Amino acid sequence: MLDGTTAETLARIQFAFTVSFHIIFPAFSIGLASFLAVLNALWLRTRNDTYLTLFDYWKKIFAVAFGMGVVSGIVMAYQFGTNWSVFSDKAGPIIGPLMAYEVLSAFFLEAGFLGIMLFGRKRVGDRLHMFATAMVAFGTLVSATWILSANSWMQTPAGYSIAANGQFMPEDWWQIVFNPSFPYRLMHMVLAAFLTTAFVVGAVGALHLLRDRADKEARRMFSMAMWMALIVTPLQIFMGDAHGLNTLEHQPVKVMAMEGHYDSHPDGAPLILFGIPNPEEKRIDYAIEVPKLSSLILKHDLNAPMEGLDTVPDADEPPLTIVFFSFRVMVGLGFAMLAVGLWSGAARLRGRLYESPWLHRACLVMGPSGFVAVLAGWITTEVGRQPFTVYGLLRTSDSLAPVEAPAVATSLIAFVVVYFFVFGAGTAYILAMMNKRPATLRLGLRNAPVRAAGMLAPREIEPLTPKTQN
Amino acid sequence: MEFDLAFIWAGLIALAVLTYVILDGFDLGLGILFPFAKSNEERDLMMNSVAPVWDGNETWLVMGGGGLFAMFPLAYAVIMPALYIPIMLMLLALVFRGVSFEYRWRAQRYKWVWDAAFAGGSLLAAICQGIALGALVQGIEVEGRAYAGGWFDWLSPFSLTTGLAVAVGYALLGACWLIMKTEGDIHHHMRRLAVPLAIGTLALIGVVSLWTPFLDPVYFARWFNLPGSLWSFCVPALMAVLIWLLFSGLKSGKDQQPFFAALGIFTTCFIGLGVSFYPMMVPPSLSIWDAAAPDKSLSFTLVGAAILLPVILAYTAYAYWVFRGKMDPSEGYH
Repeated sequence: MLDGTTAETLARIQFAFTVSFHIIFPAFSIGLASFLAVLNALWLRTRNDTYLTLFDYWKKIFAVAFGMGVVSGIVMAYQFGTNWSVFSDKAGPIIGPLMAYEVLSAFFLEAGFLGIMLFGRKRVGDRLHMFATAMVAFGTLVSATWILSANSWMQTPAGYSIAANGQFMPEDWWQIVFNPSFPYRLMHMVLAAFLTTAFVVGAVGALHLLRDRADKEARRMFSMAMWMALIVTPLQIFMGDAHGLNTLEHQPVKVMAMEGHYDSHPDGAPLILFGIPNPEEKRIDYAIEVPKLSSLILKHDLNAPMEGLDTVPDADEPPLTIVFFSFRVMVGLGFAMLAVGLWSGAARLRGRLYESPWLHRACLVMGPSGFVAVLAGWITTEVGRQPFTVYGLLRTSDSLAPVEAPAVATSLIAFVVVYFFVFGAGTAYILAMMNKRPATLRLGLRNAPVRAAGMLAPREIEPLTPKTQN
Repeated sequence: MEFDLAFIWAGLIALAVLTYVILDGFDLGLGILFPFAKSNEERDLMMNSVAPVWDGNETWLVMGGGGLFAMFPLAYAVIMPALYIPIMLMLLALVFRGVSFEYRWRAQRYKWVWDAAFAGGSLLAAICQGIALGALVQGIEVEGRAYAGGWFDWLSPFSLTTGLAVAVGYALLGACWLIMKTEGDIHHHMRRLAVPLAIGTLALIGVVSLWTPFLDPVYFARWFNLPGSLWSFCVPALMAVLIWLLFSGLKSGKDQQPFFAALGIFTTCFIGLGVSFYPMMVPPSLSIWDAAAPDKSLSFTLVGAAILLPVILAYTAYAYWVFRGKMDPSEGYH
């Protein structure tokens, strides 16, 4: 199997595999951390037990997801060096400081306050606990900011020069951090994380509503999730469009691949809704297309000329098939989310949000949609910028470490086996927790010691103890 | 006078690595001691004693790796391929032990799997870190701007010895942590275990210390010619004091003294390593200044580090303070 497979291909598969696994957890924990902060704030404000029960429920799920995010993230921090050391050496002076800032301003913040958020309410009191919870949420957003700045710089490099030894030299940090695609990518990703979480929370709420319409925690979380679906999905579609226009300006070749435009269209390009790319013949087979719509969307002019991949040397083209499909998966899911959001809005207007089993079933099915959309979106943007690591400047094939195929193959197999085992188990545990009602006293399957009332600080008031035995 | 940014950053990264070693050291060490626990309840308690802080401890490893990438990209680009196998094994081991913190409480029938993953992952990660250290001390072959050696250059009797030394040393830290954090049976059990662990750690430190100067004439010169030979006096003297504090603390029943003495021993070893290394980043050929990123990268990040590191240290200390004192076996959120 290894014959003919180069170290580069294997290293790329390994990076794609580990980063795809990794992104799933932050995509979830960014949104969930904010959700937890909101729940805790609502609990403190209203003293309504439903919020506290929900907080304690989702916090345990958060802890498992966050742990998986941390360990899969450490792998990423070292993989740049082990497999992509030439890239690390050359781009390190620019990418490195952005990542160092991520560690300093975000990772420590999240990790430092996570313990207090999970275990410390009784020890530090409500106010400091709220502060810790907010810091964890803030940390996840700061982390997203820095890493998306770093990624965006690789997509749309700015503020640099190239030294004699081949290293990228920082010239203007402001331009580097706020490179042209960064604000769009950041907003698109943060909204994606919020939506991912909203649809997971919505699915869990829907599951428990299907079992018991009167479950008050399920009602509350379902309602909150559906507000998010209704409000954030249109924002996200708008943001995605803006990001696409930004990509057209800075990485037009990527847009050609997304649109499936092998050929140039001098007087208005069609929007290909679906089709099967045929890379050999360089055309889209069985294309279902709307004439001139692509020009209208991208250039706001029906007859605007659009260049195709025929204007790009073959060596500089991304693999169209992957980008073409992943883009359609992402967009399709976005519109499915919009439909669910609107449906829930209509049900809410009619006062039947909690009495619409078909809506609940649809939400259950849509539970993982955010993850799939996030992955599809990242595949679109990352495969679409190939064959470069630093767009237009450093080729992927020139970024590789001096590693040999057997070493990369061995570590790849190890990662595949370990990740499927470890993260498969974690996912199973998370699903097992989600399968229980939020009001379940002991979410862990194990008979964990329950806090005895007498040992607590004297200022503890009655509502603080979980009143969830019912 | 201009600030020597590369030197400052080398110091900060060394500090991050040292912080990692002493913080995650006890937390990995506790994992290594996991199989020695007498009951499930003891294991629960051991794990809960670090559950609120292990994330933060491991972040220092990301800081060390990320800092090296940012500030010394060439060193990072050389060291990582050179230590490919131990680094990969360490990462996988950390995956296993990291997830065990939560999984263990969720599992019933397969709980033993996560007990084993926690213990095995901790042990393997500790050994790999020790091997990586030993491999770095014995030197890495560089040609141009890349690693030029083979796949198994890291494997040698010396690096295996350092691997063992780090694992035993971490176990000592873990035992001393538990002496400080627990009461009753487990406390006495750990106090008994700490004595052979301390003897083992010190014996291995002795072997590595005597071996190192003979690996490379440069190291030898550093330790046995002025001004370096002043260190040859100071480091062992400091060590002697700390050893006395460790054993007297263990013997007299003091709870905190052994832990802090053990931390001191690790710090002293680290200083000793620094004496051997300086001014090299990747011995024998890359100095701190060869490997450093351009000044604009160093200064940009230093501004952030100068503001954020004190804040990080403050809230990390606060988190430890919140969870200070002896463990209450009935506490936990699971």
